[in-house]
Amino acid sequence: MRRRALRDEPLIFERNPGRGPRGGYLLPESGIAPVAPEEALPADQLREALPEMPALGELEVVQHFHRLSQMNFAVDEGLYPLGSCTMKYNPRICEVTSRLPGFVDLHPLQPEWQVQGALRLMWEMERALAQITGMPAVTLQPAAGAHGELTGMLMIRAALEARGDAREVVLVPDSAHGTNPASATFAGYRSVEIASGPDGTVDLAELDRLMDERVAAIMLTVPNTLGVFEHRIVEIAELVHSRGGFIYMDGANLNAFAGRALPGAMGADALHINLHKTFSTPHGGGGPGAGPVAVSEALVPHLPVPRVVREGDGFRMLWEDGRSIGPMRGFYANFLILVRALTFIRGMGDEGLREMSEVAVLYANLVRQRLAGAYHLEYDAPTMHEVVFDDSLQQEHGVSNVDIAKRLLDLGFHPPTMSFPLIVHGALMIEPTESPAPEEVEAFCEAMLRIAREAETDPEVLKAAPRETPVGRVDEVQAARNLVLRWRAEEAWPAGVPTRS
Amino acid sequence: MAVPEDLSYTRSHEWVRREGDVAMVGITHYAQEQLGEVVYVELPEVGQQVEQGSELGTLESVKAVSEFYAPVTGEVVGINEDLADEPDLVNQDPYGGGWLVKIRVDGVDESALMDAAAYEAFIAAESH
Repeated sequence: MRRRALRDEPLIFERNPGRGPRGGYLLPESGIAPVAPEEALPADQLREALPEMPALGELEVVQHFHRLSQMNFAVDEGLYPLGSCTMKYNPRICEVTSRLPGFVDLHPLQPEWQVQGALRLMWEMERALAQITGMPAVTLQPAAGAHGELTGMLMIRAALEARGDAREVVLVPDSAHGTNPASATFAGYRSVEIASGPDGTVDLAELDRLMDERVAAIMLTVPNTLGVFEHRIVEIAELVHSRGGFIYMDGANLNAFAGRALPGAMGADALHINLHKTFSTPHGGGGPGAGPVAVSEALVPHLPVPRVVREGDGFRMLWEDGRSIGPMRGFYANFLILVRALTFIRGMGDEGLREMSEVAVLYANLVRQRLAGAYHLEYDAPTMHEVVFDDSLQQEHGVSNVDIAKRLLDLGFHPPTMSFPLIVHGALMIEPTESPAPEEVEAFCEAMLRIAREAETDPEVLKAAPRETPVGRVDEVQAARNLVLRWRAEEAWPAGVPTRS
Repeated sequence: MAVPEDLSYTRSHEWVRREGDVAMVGITHYAQEQLGEVVYVELPEVGQQVEQGSELGTLESVKAVSEFYAPVTGEVVGINEDLADEPDLVNQDPYGGGWLVKIRVDGVDESALMDAAAYEAFIAAESH
């Protein structure tokens, strides 16, 4: 699949370098007499030269970004099985609802009586997430998953301090997301790693040894980053609770069991939900995210403010609550992301959400069955929503996970996540999600099997990949060791760094 | 040469060379191979107290960011300044020019360290 990049695409700052008079708009006369800047501004705030903004016509700008977008791979283009990231399709209906003028044109300082619909939506979203998690209350404030982790850990700290129990350690499994130890550290705890047992889940004997009165909480991802369900989660929770600790559950993988099992029943005290994973809101793209946190009864008093509360038929914001950890951000939440996620939840319905998790697990197991034998599976436990192979069979032919990933680009698929989780050397972490049609999953498996054959018969094809993309294999080592950032075309390229050619 | 005879090793793939009361620490040939090409090394500060098993610094490769751990307890008395400009020394010469940290040893739990033969068996089991 050759992308349309038959010529080199310059930086937008490199176009029209003389900044000749081009533009995409004409402002009408304002009807107000112009004021000289020096009359209106203090001398030290006057600039001597105009800022070096690009001066381009509308068509040039459209073409520039359109061409760049065509050089990229997107969920709208083909299977994007980036494990752990959960690259689902973003349904268009969610873009429609989140652009309704009644939502888009709100101002955060409007009085509550004017925004009852928005408050109700937030309240209903909290209720929906409480129902899906089986937990009594939810905060919608956190702006991302890791922000949710910090929010949860601060609530756990508040609950411990409220009972006069200062603890210092948080246990984190070696298969955890890297954000877990970072969040524990930010919340003032020291993170201690706990090793996985042979089946890839938490070693109970090791937990029993480490779990003492210094441990505030254990942070667990369920299912974990190997796509393996912590099947002793109830025992783990009982052990931790019996010694005064809390269970922080990383809900990044909630999409594997939403509608089928309740984290509340597993003993979770705090659980963040990545709306972009389980509930299909857009990933990044410069836009905001959301990482709501569901909590157990023990943490309810410490939820952040402001919170939406219901009073009769109306809704209002609760701004003060004595034992709250306080606000976790300005204003209320990334509201339009909540609109998208609630649209997804209501659009799917109860049955649809159950089917969503089932199909995600089914597809991961389909990939596992089709690729077994061709790729090595380090952990043999039952697969949930993602499956982790490694490149050890291909390494015998000098082929690494990087070569496999690059070759997939030639064959029209985004590569899986590589070299994560860290406990699997040369990992290839595949997560199809529930979005694709079965034929697309099958086509991906065919491509992976073809690559496995090529590794044996023609490894050079893999080493040279990608050849069908506008940019071939980039020198990642050089790029990382010798970072050159620039935006002025005329700045000299440092000696020894290859130029684009 | 991949596992020199005269060093001690940890389960987290650091090596230790003890001369008098100073321990020189690096990561093994096996570890640098698993990590891939190192592009950035974050080292502790000289004077810092470290406890055996605690995080000593991080190694960043194009694949991943990994911590390395103190194989002994003591005070950091030297760091390899060359790695700021030449992080690839960790790959090129893991047991020599790619050393990471020197620690003045206050204590060491010998049971957490392995000799060359034991370490070789350990990585053979880990990599099948």
